[in-house]
Amino acid sequence: MTDPMMTDPVLETRGISKTFGALQASKDISLTLMPGEIHALIGPNGAGKSTLIKQIAGGLRPDAGQVFLQGREVTGLDTPARARLGLGRTFQISALAMEDTVLQNAVLGALGASGRPFRFWRAALGDKDLRARAQDALERVGLQEHAATRTAELSHGQRRQLEVAVALTLRPKAFVMDEPMAGLGTGGSLRLTGFLDGLRAEAPILLVEHDMDAVFALADRISVLVYGEVIATGTVEEIRANPDVRSAYLGDEA
Amino acid sequence: MITMTRETLFNLAMMAALILFPLWAWLADEPFMITLATKAVILALAGVGLNIALGLGGLVSLGHAAFFGIGGYAMGILASHAQNYTPLIETPFLIEGTKSMPVIWLVAVICSGLAALAIGALSLRTSGVYFIMITLAFGQMLFFFTISWPAYGGEDGLSIYVRNGFPGLNTLDPIQFYGICFALLALVLFFAARLARSPFGLALNAARQTAERVETVGISPYKLRLTAFVVSGMITGLAGALFADLNRFISPTMFSWQTSGEIMIFVIIGGVARLFGPVVGAVIFIALEHLLGGLSDYWHIYLGVLLLLIVLFARGGVIGTLTGREVAHD
Repeated sequence: MTDPMMTDPVLETRGISKTFGALQASKDISLTLMPGEIHALIGPNGAGKSTLIKQIAGGLRPDAGQVFLQGREVTGLDTPARARLGLGRTFQISALAMEDTVLQNAVLGALGASGRPFRFWRAALGDKDLRARAQDALERVGLQEHAATRTAELSHGQRRQLEVAVALTLRPKAFVMDEPMAGLGTGGSLRLTGFLDGLRAEAPILLVEHDMDAVFALADRISVLVYGEVIATGTVEEIRANPDVRSAYLGDEA
Repeated sequence: MITMTRETLFNLAMMAALILFPLWAWLADEPFMITLATKAVILALAGVGLNIALGLGGLVSLGHAAFFGIGGYAMGILASHAQNYTPLIETPFLIEGTKSMPVIWLVAVICSGLAALAIGALSLRTSGVYFIMITLAFGQMLFFFTISWPAYGGEDGLSIYVRNGFPGLNTLDPIQFYGICFALLALVLFFAARLARSPFGLALNAARQTAERVETVGISPYKLRLTAFVVSGMITGLAGALFADLNRFISPTMFSWQTSGEIMIFVIIGGVARLFGPVVGAVIFIALEHLLGGLSDYWHIYLGVLLLLIVLFARGGVIGTLTGREVAHD
């Protein structure tokens, strides 16, 4: 455990700031995601969670500050380049190819992971490696029975599962998940909680989530974002006990 | 095991028709019918090119006449130098014109591919209406350029007196020239079918539906679209070279936005993203032009009504209506 590699953050932001006109969406945000952990990011609506996620994943360039993935600065890289370096992202609103089958969506992930999408001749679904990798990911989230189903015909919960499966095909070094529980029923939410619990051993997860039960069950650390600013970072107990957090966000619920 | 979908059966029937109709016309000594079929096949080829950008990539290009025209002018320029016995370029090295179809096709495909690379690289930075407008603008630029370019006929266009040659065939015989065009269409359709199922096709098709997802798996939608645009332009350019050879005439009309619109109409009538969509569309277009064009110069009104009906009630085009709404998956 004294290996320095084990103590370096997998994903890190240093002093990220972003303003949109008069709105300061991110204010000097420094976060780390350590190996093996689930770091939850919570905050009220409009706190700037999505803006932060975009800056980490590559959709938005911060005005100031840097993003590091496995010690390498990725601030200037676009989304595809960050994905190739090992950032696996899931979306709050499922971003899936709805006309395609479940398997095709998973194969797309495997194709991205292969790094060779510019092949024009052999059938994508005939490629054993791509297919195996895709099916493996589908099995892990329990969608193997639906491989041939058109994605548009999946239930909301199944789309959430597929969203995670596509990220799994990349075998990322770090996951960034934007409200994976959104819209799931209690059962689905519990199942996904169990799955993410095991997943952290493979790659740490930066988890944006509104479902407090899931956050308190999963998170090793929690950061609280309010008006673009991290007002507290700590363990579940520390965050629960923090008076600023209670007044700003958790309110009477906690 | 091969399972035949209704669409596959329909496509096979279409291929059979494209063989049997000209064969009948040949046996019945109706060379004009063969020429009509040749025109349909060439326009279908242009549409198959556009369909790769439009159907698979979701790129609504109103500038594909640019590639059609470049293909045509590649033929016209090379052949006119050959028929006048004047070299194309003397310095720094000598390049002669040519009357050889394969060489002309190669030049047409390369030139239209390069043009598509340049036009696509700029246009694909925009999307939606802006993309439509910028592709249209590039097409119009080339249109006005050819009008004001006196070396190759300017506004009047340029005639090539003898059809270009193909080794071992008499290209002036309508049925033999039809055979060449049909073989090329079949070859390109085969390629397009492979492309749609290839890793590239899968990713391009996904990028049309959700570019965000494609980015997050590490693939650049821009590169996918640019590649699709270039391949698309190359095929439409090849069709342009054949069209010029069919008419033995080139003119700026090939570059006009009406040409772009017509190519798009084939795709929409037949069925966007359907392999044979442009083939069906082009055949219907030529049939209407022939049947209704004799009755009235304003036959486009009927074409407009048909297009309106299809856009309103049959989004999958003729193929979608006949074989089911969903695009076939493996």
